[in-house]
Amino acid sequence: MLDIRDLHVNVGDREVLHGINLHIDAGETHVLMGPNGSGKTTLLMTLMGFSGYKITKGTITFNGEDVTAMHADERAKRGMGMLFQRPPTISGLKLGKLLTAISHDKEVDIPGLAGSLHMGGFLERDINKGFSGGEIKRSEVLQLMIQNPDFVMLDEPESGVDIENISLIGNAIGSLLEKEKRIVKRAKSGLVITHTGFILDYLDADKGHVMCDGMIKCHGNPREILKDIKQRGYKECLECRHS
Amino acid sequence: MPSQLIPPGISKDDQERLVQSGIDLKMENRCGSYLQVNQDVVHSECSETGIEVLSYKKAMEKYDWLKEYVWNAVAKDKDEITKYVAAQEKPQGYVIIAHKGTKNILPIQACLYLGRETIQHVHNIIIAEEGAELHMISGCASGGHVGEGAKHYGVSEFYIKKDAKVSFTMIHTWNENIEVFPRSASIVEENGVFLSNYVCMQPVKKVQMYPTATLKGENSVARFSTIAIASPTSYIDAGSRAILEGKGASAELVTRAITRGGTIISRGHILGKTAGTKGHLECKGLILKDGMIYAIPEIDGRVVGTELSHEAAVGKLAQDEIEYLMSRGLSEDEATATIIRGFLDVKIAGLPEALQKQIDATIDVAEKAGF
Repeated sequence: MLDIRDLHVNVGDREVLHGINLHIDAGETHVLMGPNGSGKTTLLMTLMGFSGYKITKGTITFNGEDVTAMHADERAKRGMGMLFQRPPTISGLKLGKLLTAISHDKEVDIPGLAGSLHMGGFLERDINKGFSGGEIKRSEVLQLMIQNPDFVMLDEPESGVDIENISLIGNAIGSLLEKEKRIVKRAKSGLVITHTGFILDYLDADKGHVMCDGMIKCHGNPREILKDIKQRGYKECLECRHS
Repeated sequence: MPSQLIPPGISKDDQERLVQSGIDLKMENRCGSYLQVNQDVVHSECSETGIEVLSYKKAMEKYDWLKEYVWNAVAKDKDEITKYVAAQEKPQGYVIIAHKGTKNILPIQACLYLGRETIQHVHNIIIAEEGAELHMISGCASGGHVGEGAKHYGVSEFYIKKDAKVSFTMIHTWNENIEVFPRSASIVEENGVFLSNYVCMQPVKKVQMYPTATLKGENSVARFSTIAIASPTSYIDAGSRAILEGKGASAELVTRAITRGGTIISRGHILGKTAGTKGHLECKGLILKDGMIYAIPEIDGRVVGTELSHEAAVGKLAQDEIEYLMSRGLSEDEATATIIRGFLDVKIAGLPEALQKQIDATIDVAEKAGF
């Protein structure tokens, strides 16, 4: 589904990603871990096609098509989608109006979906204005449910979310990734950034990767990597023998 | 009584311009209508009991007491425009009187249509007597073909008595040759409410206006909202002013200004003369193409106990907002239009739904054309 080869990315004049290789098959969910500032969000923003992230070398192939030079909307139309950690506040733009725009006249039960994420009362509110951490994440998940991408990138979906809401958001993300389906039937893929690993209770992640200093240093079973990091921190990753 | 408000000699295209200005040609959703083409009064009626829509001439013949309301809120010698209107031998315009305790649910529409290269002058008087509630829409438009030299001079005097409420929504659809000089002022008495909305989404050569509300009565309220887009050749100098005199009086002045290359001067002035008064002024500007948005917010407190504030900001469309929407599958043009639409979305508290919908529809037309 997604194939990233030797990806180098500049933010401003500085190279932040130094040759990323990553392959995600259809139906797989991968987890990306790594210390703050290691380049995880940069990778997701680059994959989504944000203009501030300049690809200087390498390719991104999605479903067999080279999307490296495409704008965000073209990537979204091909089935890529993202849950933002800190989405912008847009004054005057009502959440309900955005959801209608995202649906592109498809028949979608917007009030029903909003209700399922306890967002029914937010449809007439300016998007993200005065939203709490949990409300922002619920709004993001709601937008993704309508967009219904084949490949979902999730930037710290559990940060700022209380325990009660984690299960609500986790289950919704699980259904976005078709986790209720048998493995062989799953077609949707995901790439999840997490620090705490709480979200892993709702997604059976297939593979884990650790990013340090703009490079993926280590791959493995996500729960084992997480356990390792919890016990020893990221220090050993920096010196990881797998690198 | 005609079932349709079809102005004589006005083409289908120009009728559409009236519709864009909020005029309901079938008059289905209006309780009364006034139509003036150049200097001719074509139509003037109201079906709501206790509310009168009269031509200026007829009103003066009918009610002698109206003299007290003429050149009272607006000074006759204020400037060249008022002097010009005052010097007319045959003053024209409308007089709307909502008698004591009356209320209209469907708005009254007043349509001032300029069809040739002339100066159209009007003198309007709007009176809401004690406890009355009056909602009106003023659609001012010209023919698309009207050339240089066409001007509109409009004096409007509003009198909002004790416990009365007036909402006045003015939508302009001129063209790039036309100069427009509204001169309006309102006097609001105890517990009175005056809502004034101005929408200008279409090109115009020049607009200059500075409507003023004097809040004389205790707990009187004024809310002004201005939504304007300046096309490359447009010069829009639009302000609003509130004078807080009555104890507990409050005012809110909100402007959304966009330039696509033209000039917008956004003035605002709140004068707090009495303790216990409150005022807030807000101006947000968006520069889509190099032009000018010049915001001059003034707050002027004279006594202990008046609370006045303002916020003004001018900027461009934020790239991260555009790309956020693009990541949801909206094209760049759709994302841009969606954000601009949100920027212009000012909900006016207390405005009837029909009028809010009309304002939204006028903005929708501009949105469809890509702003």
